[in-house]
Amino acid sequence: MAVIAFLEIEGGELKKSSQEVAAYASALAKQVGEEGVGVVAEDVSSVPSFGLSKVVKVSSCTDAKACAEALAKIAEEQSASLVVLPHSTFAESVSAILSIKLEASAVTNVIGFPETAGSFVVKKGIYSGKAFTKVTLNGAKKVLTLKKNSFGVGEAGADLTVEANGATGSADSRITVTGEEKAQGDILLPEADLVVSAGRGLKGPENWGMVEDLAKVLGAATACSKPVSDADWRPHHEHVGQTGVKISPNLYIAIGISGSIQHLAGVSSSKTIVVINTDPEAPFFKAADYGIIGDAFEVVPRLVEALK
Amino acid sequence: MKILVCITHVPDTTSKISFSGDALNKDGLQFIIGPYDDYALARAIELKEQHGGTVTVLNVGTAETDQIIRKALAIGADDAVRIDAEPTGSFFVAKQIAEYAKDKGFDLILMGRESIDFNGGLVHGMVGELLGLPVVTPVMRMDVDGGKAKMEKEIDGGKQQVEAELPLVAGCQEPIAEWKIPSMRGIMSARSKPLEVIPPVGVDTKVAFSAFEEPAPRKGCTFVDAGNEKELVDLLRNEAKVI
Repeated sequence: MAVIAFLEIEGGELKKSSQEVAAYASALAKQVGEEGVGVVAEDVSSVPSFGLSKVVKVSSCTDAKACAEALAKIAEEQSASLVVLPHSTFAESVSAILSIKLEASAVTNVIGFPETAGSFVVKKGIYSGKAFTKVTLNGAKKVLTLKKNSFGVGEAGADLTVEANGATGSADSRITVTGEEKAQGDILLPEADLVVSAGRGLKGPENWGMVEDLAKVLGAATACSKPVSDADWRPHHEHVGQTGVKISPNLYIAIGISGSIQHLAGVSSSKTIVVINTDPEAPFFKAADYGIIGDAFEVVPRLVEALK
Repeated sequence: MKILVCITHVPDTTSKISFSGDALNKDGLQFIIGPYDDYALARAIELKEQHGGTVTVLNVGTAETDQIIRKALAIGADDAVRIDAEPTGSFFVAKQIAEYAKDKGFDLILMGRESIDFNGGLVHGMVGELLGLPVVTPVMRMDVDGGKAKMEKEIDGGKQQVEAELPLVAGCQEPIAEWKIPSMRGIMSARSKPLEVIPPVGVDTKVAFSAFEEPAPRKGCTFVDAGNEKELVDLLRNEAKVI
């Protein structure tokens, strides 16, 4: 019996969200007296255990279908009743296919540790962060994706050598990838612990230099509001909000963003929110932990200096 | 080309969400076509204009959703089907869609990347797997050329261009198309377009929702004077301990 953790690797290291998944799966495995087994798809020789008993590598896991097939085989082989995945764009796709293959109950974007006394009950955000619900998973098998920053990573533990596993999946031959563009060297927004975001108050894309300066001095990712991405001032994947990326970093700094209900929906689970705005009536201040009423063009450069 | 667009019935994005007991407080809430589904619908209509064919709209819901189905017809869908059931979870909905679509010969089954009420984001993947069709999500651009769709999809930290054979299932998001506003002519013609109501198939839902709650309010905002940014840095370091 086992709890399976699907782990994503970026630049040879476990992504932060996957470290959390590893810690979550091993804590859960411990609680129910099972083994925590990590599964990676990328080439990596060892990873920190985070309490897992072993980590295996599946091969040819190049798309969501292939990954779901391989994970289903491992789940079968390990008699696993539970598979936990990070809540990334890719893993969300894997979880849908996997749940059909395993005939499992599936819940995405789960927050924190489940209740396991009697029924298996998890908490998740609904209405795009405006509310929460509890979900009972009735199936004998369960597939969960874990919301980032909702559980914590705990102790890294000793490194585990990644074992080869014969399980493979076949990619969907009807889909051909013809090109790919990835932001290079930047901190990925969904993975970031610190996020600096700006809105229409910046008046134009040419003024983003100070936002990038602030992000750089903090080691933060950059984000933006919907009007900004709609106007093509910033790329779409930086748009946070109800219909954009939903994030839950430790720190969210909003510059020149009024804080519409749709924007707040995407960022309200941030641990700490700082708002910088000229308008003392901006609704965002009501959702903020710290605020500065002032002109971003003066405040942000001074904040950069203060952080140096 | 035959296109199926699956739409959800959700509160307007500006809605304040509250609960009475274990039910959503619907007083004063305006319900809309799910914003992501609305993008899918808009693109479906553009593809129909380019290539000919039909757009069918599907919703899993009770009679209260007819209003948004009529809106989809007014925007330009040709006909609609409502599967008459409370949508009680991703698998339940996916199974209804798959059962309806399995022998209809749709070339494209489009929907939003997720619903904005329960934010599951699972239905397209489940429908694809149930029907044995390729699934691409979240799709930001889509063109159809012969038997293939050329798409751009979001990946973690970037985007990817893919081509896939039809038929396929896609979860959509902006900027795949601009939302369409129904014309007066569209609104008039929507009244006479067919809306078929069919019973659901029996499904083990596998999940049960309970105990709704609103987020705890924040403790309130501590203001720092402009010009005193050092104090903010100090608070973030020593009080919030986030940097």
